[in-house]
Amino acid sequence: MKKSAFFGTIAAATFAAGFAAAGTLEDVQAAGELKCGVTTGLAGFALADANGVWDGFDVAVCRAVAAAVLGDGNAVKFVPTTGKTRFTALASGEIDLLARNTTWTFSRDVDLKFEFVGVNYYDGQGFMAPKALGVSSAKDLDGATVCIQTGTTTELNLADFFRSNNISYEPVPIETNAEAQAQYLAGACDVFTTDASGLASTRATFENPDDHIVLPEIVSKEPLGPLVRHGDNNWGDIARWTLNALITAEELGVTSANVAEHTANAGNNPEVNRLLGTEGDLGGMLGLDKQWASRAIAVNGNYGEIFEKNIGVNTPIGIARGLNASWTNGGLIYSAPFR
Amino acid sequence: MTAIPDPSKQGFKFSQLLYDTRYRSMTIQIVSLIAILLFFGWLISNTAANLATLGKPIQFKFLGEPSNYDINQRLLDYTSRDTHLRAGLMGLINTLVLALMGCVTATILGVAIGVLRLSKNWLVARVMTLYIELFRNIPVLLWIIIVFSIMIETMPRPNQFRSGEAAMKLFDSVAITNRGVYIPEPLFNGGLGDIFLLGESSLRFGLSLDLIAILIVLFVGLFISKKIKTNADFIQNETGVRPTTWWKRLSIVILPIVITLWALGFHLGYPELKGFNFKGGIYLRNSLIALWIALSLYTAAFIAENVRSGIQAVAKGQSEAAYALGISPGRTMSLIILPQALRIIIPPVISQFLNLTKNSSLAIAVGYMDLTGTLMGITLNQTGRELETVLMGMAIYLIISLAISTVMNWYNNSVKLVER
Repeated sequence: MKKSAFFGTIAAATFAAGFAAAGTLEDVQAAGELKCGVTTGLAGFALADANGVWDGFDVAVCRAVAAAVLGDGNAVKFVPTTGKTRFTALASGEIDLLARNTTWTFSRDVDLKFEFVGVNYYDGQGFMAPKALGVSSAKDLDGATVCIQTGTTTELNLADFFRSNNISYEPVPIETNAEAQAQYLAGACDVFTTDASGLASTRATFENPDDHIVLPEIVSKEPLGPLVRHGDNNWGDIARWTLNALITAEELGVTSANVAEHTANAGNNPEVNRLLGTEGDLGGMLGLDKQWASRAIAVNGNYGEIFEKNIGVNTPIGIARGLNASWTNGGLIYSAPFR
Repeated sequence: MTAIPDPSKQGFKFSQLLYDTRYRSMTIQIVSLIAILLFFGWLISNTAANLATLGKPIQFKFLGEPSNYDINQRLLDYTSRDTHLRAGLMGLINTLVLALMGCVTATILGVAIGVLRLSKNWLVARVMTLYIELFRNIPVLLWIIIVFSIMIETMPRPNQFRSGEAAMKLFDSVAITNRGVYIPEPLFNGGLGDIFLLGESSLRFGLSLDLIAILIVLFVGLFISKKIKTNADFIQNETGVRPTTWWKRLSIVILPIVITLWALGFHLGYPELKGFNFKGGIYLRNSLIALWIALSLYTAAFIAENVRSGIQAVAKGQSEAAYALGISPGRTMSLIILPQALRIIIPPVISQFLNLTKNSSLAIAVGYMDLTGTLMGITLNQTGRELETVLMGMAIYLIISLAISTVMNWYNNSVKLVER
């Protein structure tokens, strides 16, 4: 907390000049691994298994970028960050990419000097309460004790929501998701609030998920996405277009199953050909080789596959695509074209 | 023939700075000082320059902007529309409240345990040794978390009071829940109200005139009581007979306060279960209580050791002489041993107070909004001003610690042995 921020600052001050000079791409290639910031553990999004292997929705983004840049989806060093330490870690160069369900806001983009490379999950802040509490709407929560994960935009949304509805509450700020769960389950707070995806993920880990409901109100817009430092546009482009490649692959029907085949033999669809490098040299423009996107897709599949595998309706998390469906299916997931 | 010049008239040469022992040590010191200053100057300018390249030059403008977050425990008025500076002030006050509560209980516990550890009763002495070793040798963060976990897991939830599974204690005046403890609050019907100082600024605060009135009455009472004691001492010195004064002294302090309280319409406001939580009364949050208990117990173990060593440092002849004069063991302790032991005890106890204050920055572990939680926590995170907030936090902790040291050193000087 205090320490990490302090050391982070010192590190930022000491190394900032050095990092500004050399390109992040060269640094990553020289190191042979991508340093990727993730959460300390959120089921479905980023969680290390018993063998220390990270898996999840955000982790897949890290692996895709590593595959595009280094040719190996496992050449990633995962750095667990808390809501508080994540920005310091990125600003100081401790990590090259932050994929940690981070909300894209004006001040983070402009004032904190970061560059959001896109949105990989459209979220909104919600509330979870025990069914026994008998609450059906967040507006019934006058006087309730609310557990919040500190160091996030949720504190601000919560203050705004209760203020604009003219109801009172008792905030209990908590450092990590695990501690928040413990307090919520012990009844030390009435409701738990964070992004709706986080609520679904947390609820899935409970002993009796059915005893808890997620209230219908979504009180904020939370476009979550990966981000990089300001100032290295090429590195930002690589991260942005890797994410776009995953999204476009779903749109074009390129999956982990058929990507190798499409890469080996150019087909009739010129955009698939451009994406997978069988036509033109989009990779060269990024400073990468032609098969960069092909490798990124091969690691964990396209956006839709990643979603279904980690957080989709058939997983314990059980999130429907909703806003996160491809635009062709009425969702918001949309990529600029590859040409 | 050449005249040999008189050495005393020889002019000053620069080489003397290095080869003349009269100047050499001074030269070394000045060079070292310059080197140290240059090093820190380089460190600071390098930090400032690099932050400027990052596009984040050091500036404190963010302190004047609305904080946009709420703080649960606030002793002054505060809303999410107030500034970051005021949010920091709330945190500072919470830190001070915790430090003060902790220092008081740690001292009381520490002195009691330290004295009991020297008890001739084998069991009492061993139990106290066990306590000291147990608390001294486990990190305080673990104590904080264990106390907090026990509270939230074992105490009843507020809604269990409604269903009758739990009941309020002490004639329905105190509610102990897993969210904290609610105790009755003093209220005044015909109160004098508050005065507000510093207008609308971020540092504004209100003072309760009722409290000020009661404090004035109390101090006047204590002053008169002291006069009565001085007078009694005088009479005892003159005549050898001490007049009975305890009822005079007691009533001159208590009666005016009771009258003042009655005039102000004093009554107690009891906590009551309304909606999700108890309303009314004073709410001591579970985080505050957990920190208070854990920090007090932990620091008390260290203070107990200081007290024990202080007492054992007083020469044994002192107590033997007191016993020989027929002074009772209790009065020997309070009149002979402790006054001498205090001189040894106080300096290390000062550093224990400082430790307790600094350890209070672990509060964020249980979600207590102290200075680390507000200024160096949420404000840091929302504004991204790491260096500024952490530097401010460090400066504030430094000031608190120096203030505690000053007060305690002043007290130490007032009790130390006066040598002529």
